[in-house]
Amino acid sequence: MSNRFKSRYDDDINLFEGRWHLAQYAILMALLLAAPWLLGTYYLGELTAVLVWSLAGLGLMLISGHTGQVSLGHAAFMAIGAFTNLALMLRGWHFIPALLASAVTSGIIGAIISRPILRMSGIYLAIATLALSIIIEDVAIIAEPITGGVAGVFAPPIALFGMEIDRYATPHAFYYLCLAVLVMVTLGYLNLLRSASGRSFLAVRDSEVSARALGVNVARAKTLSFSLSCAITGLAGALYAHLAQAVNYESFLVLISITLLLQVVIGGLGSVHGAFFGAIVVVLLPQLIAIARDFLDNAAGIKIAAYPGMDTALFALLILLMVIYEPRGLYGVWFKVRTWLQLFPLYRKGMFRRTRTYLKTERQR
Amino acid sequence: MSLLQVKDLSISFGGVKAVDGVSFTVEPGEVFTLVGPNGAGKSTIFNLISRLYEPSAGQIVFDGQDITSLPAHKVAGLGIARTFQNIELFDHSSVLQNLLIGRHCRRNTRWFEELLFLPKVRRSERQHRLLVEEVIDFLDLAAYRDKLIAGLPYGVRKVVEIARALSSEPKLILLDEPASGLSVEETQNMAWWIEDMQKDLGLTVLMVEHDMSLVSRVSNRVLAVSEGRPLAMGTAAEVQADPKVIEAYLGTEATS
Amino acid sequence: MDILQLLVSGIANGCIYGLLALGFVLIYKASEAVNFAQGDMMMLGAFLGVTFINTSYADLPFLVGITLAALILGLFGYLLDRFVLRAIFGQPQFAMVILTIALGFLIRFVAGVIWGHDPTSLETPFIGLVWTVGELMIPVVDAVIIITTVALTAILYFFFARTRLGVAMQASSQNQMAAYYMGIPVKRINAIVWALSGVVAAIAGVMFAAKGAVEPSVGLLFGIKAFAAAVIGGLGSLPGALLGGLLVGIVEPFAGRYLPSGVGQIAPYVLMLLVLILRPGGLFAQISQKKV
Repeated sequence: MSNRFKSRYDDDINLFEGRWHLAQYAILMALLLAAPWLLGTYYLGELTAVLVWSLAGLGLMLISGHTGQVSLGHAAFMAIGAFTNLALMLRGWHFIPALLASAVTSGIIGAIISRPILRMSGIYLAIATLALSIIIEDVAIIAEPITGGVAGVFAPPIALFGMEIDRYATPHAFYYLCLAVLVMVTLGYLNLLRSASGRSFLAVRDSEVSARALGVNVARAKTLSFSLSCAITGLAGALYAHLAQAVNYESFLVLISITLLLQVVIGGLGSVHGAFFGAIVVVLLPQLIAIARDFLDNAAGIKIAAYPGMDTALFALLILLMVIYEPRGLYGVWFKVRTWLQLFPLYRKGMFRRTRTYLKTERQR
Repeated sequence: MSLLQVKDLSISFGGVKAVDGVSFTVEPGEVFTLVGPNGAGKSTIFNLISRLYEPSAGQIVFDGQDITSLPAHKVAGLGIARTFQNIELFDHSSVLQNLLIGRHCRRNTRWFEELLFLPKVRRSERQHRLLVEEVIDFLDLAAYRDKLIAGLPYGVRKVVEIARALSSEPKLILLDEPASGLSVEETQNMAWWIEDMQKDLGLTVLMVEHDMSLVSRVSNRVLAVSEGRPLAMGTAAEVQADPKVIEAYLGTEATS
Repeated sequence: MDILQLLVSGIANGCIYGLLALGFVLIYKASEAVNFAQGDMMMLGAFLGVTFINTSYADLPFLVGITLAALILGLFGYLLDRFVLRAIFGQPQFAMVILTIALGFLIRFVAGVIWGHDPTSLETPFIGLVWTVGELMIPVVDAVIIITTVALTAILYFFFARTRLGVAMQASSQNQMAAYYMGIPVKRINAIVWALSGVVAAIAGVMFAAKGAVEPSVGLLFGIKAFAAAVIGGLGSLPGALLGGLLVGIVEPFAGRYLPSGVGQIAPYVLMLLVLILRPGGLFAQISQKKV
């Protein structure tokens, strides 16, 4: 089924490679649309969380995965998006303009700080963004009129299309809202990736010097990527605020920034799929642990003490193994499995052998 | 009128004059080669022309326009494309994508149009692809079109880098050691391609190369540089016979 | 006088930051990697110190306790490199960042399981002792911290500048492949450096627990601040790390005292951002343009 012959340039330009590929995603979409009937309220809530974290992951993936600029501070932009949205809604704004304002505010703030920040690279950029995240934590406490100080803000219900959407009262409606935002952002993301801007991001990631020689304005490409990334993350922050119903500075601790980066790494840096895979792991891992614990308790009588932070530790262990054995993340695993299925029974073991790279100094850029 | 004029170009790194008052002109349609021992400043001259380095003195005029203080990313749009001594391809992308990035300076769509993938963007993508396919045909890269760079042999990468430069529809192409690391056969092919670029595409070629057989075969004029200063100019044979050039290559003992 | 008092406390704190920053710089100098678990290794060192020295645990003499903690953490660093980090040898810097972040999470979890989450202090022989110089009161623990830090920095500086091993370490950080060809045992050097940074982290940890209280999550923020100190110093320079540490240590109490509440604690990060923005490679920049 993968042996299709391309006969038009549009085969490479289109989002879907042929009917079978389109059908796969149509089925996935149908399943997602049917989810409220397939899942109970609790799991629908978890699935909504997957959608929201996927959105945040997409935002980070754009700058870190596709433009190669590691950010350890993206929770800051979730915070900006969340507080903007809530503050505006509490001042009487309608949800949609407030949501757009979240994206625009995060994007603009991202654009403003991107110029000085993105002159750094590698480790310096990572630590600068980390510092940014810590600073925003404090700003979230100080800027009390907007953020509600230490206590935080409660999310008002969303009035949309004559309905009142609330995460608990109408979980279906909130789920569809998140799904709609995510699908639109994903399509825009893919559109960008298949045209000149997206290619310029990849160029900046792989070789700044040759990107520049080919006419890419590197500083501009980074700024564009960073501010779009911040805008997407801001959207995710706004939706997260409604998912959590209440947010304060603790909702966007620097730890969230770090986890978000680990999320896209575990999903697979540099792939759109990775953002989704990562979110699934982050949201569902604690569930899996709880289920496993109950199962062991009931079936085998083994009691495992509930140490605090066990899910984080397991997540960290997963990351550890992933970095060592499969640096391309879950996307890499998925890719191998897919190739194995497509080539069956012709798959060879050495097919994805990695070429050894050797560390060269990063003091030269 | 000359396509490229370089006047009294100089640059120093930490007190060392890497390029010291180099002047030359490249006429339209010729293959002009810089030769010289390692560290003579040939690649530095390339980096100055493609504006990656800031000259401390001198002037660079391309196609009647002074580009001495132009930002580096605007150079490609004027029609100067280049390759690098140690290949600088986008390793995690396919050959096709690399060549499409080569079209970046000819883009005519804005990011928000691309976000929505308006019909205009699709038309533009088709157009870019059409032109890239011509380059693929020209350099015989069809077999590698969808392959990732990371898995390609060295010789093919060299060709892909030239293809990427050609994709930007340049008037002048700078080739930094196109034959380094290539086998005899591959060097042979490279010579044909350089000749084709000159004759079929009407390109002007500025080249740095050590392989004198390639240099003699394709170059119209050769400039020898040593320690950042020009030594001799002329045909390949003339330059090779110049005593100052021989001295620069073999050291001072040779003449004494 | 008030200012002097703040200064003394700031310098002592800054020394601990500096010690931890030394650990960062050591690893950066040798393998150009950044160990995001450095703060958590310090936390581990602090708990080891507590375990060996406190009367409710092993009740060993102070110096014996420190030495044991340093040895164990040194071994830990060595084993870490030998069995975990060696597996990603040669991969880009970024892989190391992610790996050490994950390691930090794991260390924090394990420490929580072993020692619990209550803040614990180290019982030092000089607990509560104070030297009075005029009106200035210098806690002995501060003096000990300052002296230890200066001595350790001097030793390490000498080691990198003068010994063959130290120079080999520097070479291997700049180009592993080339260093390899030159006959430098790059892998063994990495292991030694990690062991060394474990030792430094243990000493920093013991100092930390002597001055304050340790609990599993202190490593994260303290580590980030120490990293900020290392970056301010330029990441490649040992005296720079100490200087950066002192700067952060001194800025913190003064900002806490004189700036509105809430702004004080972010002062170190703002300082670091300013340094990075004005000099993207730190105060002692080492980044140069890539040659093409």
